[in-house]
Amino acid sequence: MTSFRTLAIENPTQLLFGVSPRPVTTRSGMRIGGGLVYPELNFTLPTMLVTEQTMPEVLRHYTEIVTEATRRAAELEAPGLLLEFEALPPMTENPDWGMDVVHVLLDGIEKGESKYGLKAALRVTPNDTREMIRPPRMRSGALYENMLALFERSAAAGADLLSIESVGGKEVHDEALVSGDLELAIFGLCVMGVRDMRFLWTEITGIARRHGVHPAGDTACGFANTAMVMAEQRLIPRVFAAVIRAVSAVRSLVAYECGAVGPGKDCGYENVFLKAITGCPMAMEGKTASCAHLSPVGNVSAAMADTWSNESVQNVKLLGGMAPICSLETLIYDCRLMNEAIADGPEAARTLRDWMVRSDARFDPQALILTPASAVRVARAIVVAPNPYRAGIAAAREAIAILSDAAAQGACKISDREAVWFDRMTDTLDDLPSDEDAFIERTMAQVDRSTFVAEDYLLAERANA
Amino acid sequence: MTELDNLTEAIVRGDRKEAVRLTQERIDAGDEPKNILAALVKGMDIVGDKFQRQEAWVPEMLIASRAMSQSLALLEPLLVAAGIKPEFTAVVGTVEGDLHDIGKNLVAMMWRGANFHVIDLGTNVPSDKFVEAAREHNADVVGLSALLTTTMPAMKATIEKFREANLPNTKVVIGGAPITMEFAREIGADGFAPDAASAVGLVRELVGKA
Ligand code: B12
Repeated sequence: MTSFRTLAIENPTQLLFGVSPRPVTTRSGMRIGGGLVYPELNFTLPTMLVTEQTMPEVLRHYTEIVTEATRRAAELEAPGLLLEFEALPPMTENPDWGMDVVHVLLDGIEKGESKYGLKAALRVTPNDTREMIRPPRMRSGALYENMLALFERSAAAGADLLSIESVGGKEVHDEALVSGDLELAIFGLCVMGVRDMRFLWTEITGIARRHGVHPAGDTACGFANTAMVMAEQRLIPRVFAAVIRAVSAVRSLVAYECGAVGPGKDCGYENVFLKAITGCPMAMEGKTASCAHLSPVGNVSAAMADTWSNESVQNVKLLGGMAPICSLETLIYDCRLMNEAIADGPEAARTLRDWMVRSDARFDPQALILTPASAVRVARAIVVAPNPYRAGIAAAREAIAILSDAAAQGACKISDREAVWFDRMTDTLDDLPSDEDAFIERTMAQVDRSTFVAEDYLLAERANA
Repeated sequence: MTELDNLTEAIVRGDRKEAVRLTQERIDAGDEPKNILAALVKGMDIVGDKFQRQEAWVPEMLIASRAMSQSLALLEPLLVAAGIKPEFTAVVGTVEGDLHDIGKNLVAMMWRGANFHVIDLGTNVPSDKFVEAAREHNADVVGLSALLTTTMPAMKATIEKFREANLPNTKVVIGGAPITMEFAREIGADGFAPDAASAVGLVRELVGKA
């Protein structure tokens, strides 16, 4: 395991879209992070069931998407195209079905290459189906085996990149979000989450190595994006969601400690911190993912993107054509603009970047926490901490400092109703023990242990204590 | 302010200790259980309204609902003895294939706050299980939640099961981010609510005061 004790990118001015210190090259020759931002297209089915009977129809959808997407990408002369197949749960539970889709997509990519000379690559993202039973079994069982089978078989079939939106620790984190409980959130992300990530990503990097493909990265989607969506619905304060984002980086970082190389998974907005720490390229999504979910970070999220994604869109008809193709077109134009700025030199690129950053950062604390300056501050707090638990506390403190300073200076819109949460969160952090064992001891005595299997998190002896 | 107003206030503040203390005090003072209950429910109604006006966060609503349920626990034996039943019985769950439950949990919480008897079947619930539970508990209302477009058809299937099962007194309502009024109508649901707070009003309107 690599332990990141220093930053790969120390200076915020060096945090820029399209360039990263450790580019990733796909088989088709796309150099992600090597000076160009590539479009990363995501897509899903329209309202329908996925069953044995509907699989032919399912495959028709995916065939149509890949055929049209490669054609449009070639027409618009995209320098490359990354497709992400985010499986739907039945496709992970039945890896045969998942593989049918993988083959359709790889086949389409190959046809696109031979027909148009298009460089393209596939990211496969099996579902973390371990939680289909509650409490989830994280390290054994049919669900776990099938999930790994889809990874293994996708890698063997030639998928360039492997990713997942893993859920370890979420068993308590959902409760932490609805109760606004930062202590429990740190337990879910930095104790449970980190332990599961170490286990899972050791498996995934092993699979990738065996087949010569790239273990790309994970995301704290079920944690920090859940918080963001809830904040967007005004269910929880945005400042709380912004702090959760910073803390979530500690969990997602573990994939890279285990050998992931990027590009990090698109919906992990915490990728900005991870890029500063690891130097790996990152997928990001923002305004062009509004087809999938709204967000307050539409522009700022592009500032450090190495691939630019639409998150997900259903294969339905719009006036312009099928929705994934419309999405792709928008992505390609977004990338053209960023790539033109890069071609004009670092100064020009930084001007565009700074416009993207400033145009969001003053409106929402969740945007402010993603700026290059914030990213480097939070990233540094994480790497100097002695362990993931303390890194979580440090990330939270740094985020609170960034946000409360901005609020005090009027640099970011934060209402009084939200600002009271700075003290509330700081009080929580002040009350935490500095020793991880003491923290685990204390939290294990309070959490609802029926929601998770302690031994799967190597917490069993604590549970019995 | 009467003592019962104080109790309502304690619920609104989410002051669990004070709410429990005042509930016990009112019980000891011999107040009618149904009046004490009304004071508790009124507190949750106020919190629900504040929430809808975006003056309260979910964590605050949750604290209030915990204060409510602890107070209610003291009151329950008296309510049972007096033959006072919860206003409605509701079964709630996320449909088969779907694991999203934060929204469903909020709906359950609001329904409990409004003094519904809630049976929460959890996530990934097969359609038969909804029907069984509704029959077993003689439910007034069943709430189905779905967040995936690929599990929306499971709502339709569940509603068909309910029609087959012939439970005329059980209304089926649905919700979740991708759900619309139009979809609810299309699949023959009895109702739809866009958020947890309005889910209370929906049921009160649909089933009517008992
Ligand atoms: C959090 C989340 C998750 C978490 C779930 C955590 C949990 N315990 O619930 C995790 C990470 C596990 C997850 C997993 C997945 N998710 Co998800 N998830 C979300 C997210 C970001 C937020 C949902 C949420 O909790 N919102 C907050 C709550 C409070 O809102 P709500 O659920 O809408 O509920 C409110 C109302 O709708 C209403 N309501 C809800 N239920 C009911 C019921 C009744 C009766 C009534 C009256 C009202 C009502 O009241 C609630 C309170 O006001 C959404 C994005 C979105 N836009 O919704 C994606 C989203 C739903 N997920 C999506 C996907 C694709 C998935 C996965 C397949 C991802 C994957 N590749 O593995 C898996 C599926 C797992 C499964 N089998 O279900 C997609 C769905 C796309 C599609 N095709 O339908 C979405 C839209 C994201 C996206 N844009 O791509 N997800």
